[in-house]
Amino acid sequence: MTPAGPAESLRDAYGKTLLELGGKDPTLVVLDADLSGSTRTILFGQKYPDRFFNVGVMEPTMMSIAAGLALSGRVAFASSFAVFAAGQAYNFVRQSICYNHANVKIVATHGGLLVGGDGGTHQMVEDIGLMRGLPGMTVIVPADAPTTRAATLAVHAREGPAYVRLTRENLPVVTDGTFQLGKAAELRSGSDLTIVAVGAMVARALEVADELAQMGVSTRVLDFASVKPFDEPALLRAARDTGAVLVLEEHSVLTGVGALVASTTSENYPVPVRRVGVPDVFGESGDPWALLDRYGMSLERIRDEAWELLRVRGKVQ
Amino acid sequence: MADEVSEETIRSLEATALEIRRDIVRMTHAAGSGHPGGSLSVCDLVNALVFQELRIDPARPDWPDRDRLVLSKGHAGPALYSALALRGFLPREELWTLRKLGSRLQGHVDRGKLPVIEASTGCLGQGIGMAVGMALAARLGPHAFRTYAILGDGECQAGPTWEALMAGGHYKLSNLVVILDRNLYETDGSTESIMGIEPIADKFRAFRYHTIEIDGHDYRQILGAFAEARRTTEGPTAIVAHTVKGKGVSFMEGTHVYHGKPPSAAELERALTELGAPSGAPR
Ligand SMILES: Cc1ncc(C[n+]2csc(CCOP(=O)(O)OP(=O)(O)O)c2C)c(N)n1
Repeated sequence: MTPAGPAESLRDAYGKTLLELGGKDPTLVVLDADLSGSTRTILFGQKYPDRFFNVGVMEPTMMSIAAGLALSGRVAFASSFAVFAAGQAYNFVRQSICYNHANVKIVATHGGLLVGGDGGTHQMVEDIGLMRGLPGMTVIVPADAPTTRAATLAVHAREGPAYVRLTRENLPVVTDGTFQLGKAAELRSGSDLTIVAVGAMVARALEVADELAQMGVSTRVLDFASVKPFDEPALLRAARDTGAVLVLEEHSVLTGVGALVASTTSENYPVPVRRVGVPDVFGESGDPWALLDRYGMSLERIRDEAWELLRVRGKVQ
Repeated sequence: MADEVSEETIRSLEATALEIRRDIVRMTHAAGSGHPGGSLSVCDLVNALVFQELRIDPARPDWPDRDRLVLSKGHAGPALYSALALRGFLPREELWTLRKLGSRLQGHVDRGKLPVIEASTGCLGQGIGMAVGMALAARLGPHAFRTYAILGDGECQAGPTWEALMAGGHYKLSNLVVILDRNLYETDGSTESIMGIEPIADKFRAFRYHTIEIDGHDYRQILGAFAEARRTTEGPTAIVAHTVKGKGVSFMEGTHVYHGKPPSAAELERALTELGAPSGAPR
């Protein structure tokens, strides 16, 4: 099932923002690895062919070339699908980019299960964990097109490595696009329960929160698009105010935002935390939205986990 | 070299090739996604392997001595699924489940779901390495099978391809045959405009492969090259098969546009007409 509301392409938002930046910043260069139509870097490539390098199927080396450009005074954006940008190229991102603190912005499209038909080899659900673990790396997971635009501008403005994870599917607009690095966005205020969500799961968080509100349950929804730097104060405030946190992510629960939330709260202010995400398995081919349901991220499952937390806290019978 | 190939063999391969091409356009259309261009270009190579060259047996799919085929360009699964179905390794009805939830026919060939697939691929650059491992295992014994690997030309831009090829040459794997589907195009355009791989046959030679260049749609040349590979005992063989991306469907030929785009309903009808198929539903 598809979430209600008008959906917009995050990838188009990225491509258009690159175009906009290309006119303002002559030091900007863009790299791609034979997926420029899908990542939308082709928009930049058509307008600024001499600052665009489609290097072919060589994601690891694309990261090293991007680092070399950045170490020579350029701001480099490098794009591919998440499984190639974060997975195939991991140690090249680690050493060429992060170890050198090179000014490279990796914008990866096709994160998560919503890749759909291409199947488990292409459905990258470990990238947030991989990228978050790299010292000096900024990690952003936008929930919609306006946040994608804001995040692209934000990583461009901030010196140093960054990883932005986009979704292939169009997503409903859920924010006003006032994304700030290091700040969680409170999309619903609430006092009974907190839902922390990233990416495509933010829309599902809002859907469940609005249902709960009709039943008299006040749910705070935090969009944690800025995964790193992470807004620890906002999380701990929510833990104190509501006493329970449900985390929704289209990513492995082993290493993602749920793990981050659980460790942060347990070290600072322990409250019950439940993680909704991909369990310890690979995905498979299928309709993108059906895959979310099949792999444990259905609205039904989210509702169940929310009620379970409310029960644990003694807020319902 | 192609001396032993009978007219009858050629005619029979041409007939299955036509079936496979019809299946490819129908399957990708039904799935609403997938890769018709590179499936159509590799069709004749896969067909010749599955129906003539490989020692495989639908009655014993797990026969330990069977020859191994690694489709390193795993997105061309539709060609292989169709050929395997026609050869009796899976029911033909299953073809129309391609890319659907629960299907054994994943978007990229998947050994976990469909065991007749020798190695799961999809992320490019890994198939040749697995084929080298299989060829080393065959040399160690006790099962002395041959290993065939199909490589894309865009995939030749990926570094791991060359690491694996280097290993195959170094270990003098005469039981390994690497087949390049040289269809000239990748996702975004032509390989030579994006990141040139030429002179590709010289590269294989430099990596110590006995290298044969053929027309990858001419069955006499394909089977002749396989026979020559069998006679090559000093090291591995590379077959540079010159092919046409989208071969058999005029509007898909010689372009990257249908690399990752299935035919629309109207395009499917046109394609099937060109492929001499009765219009309408599969079968
Ligand atoms: C490592 C990796 N990077 C990117 C992709 C996405 N991708 C799928 S097919 C393809 C182009 C491959 O070109 P080629 O090998 O020539 O395939 P063919 O034309 O034979 O279908 C790309 C870039 C991938 N599957 N794996």
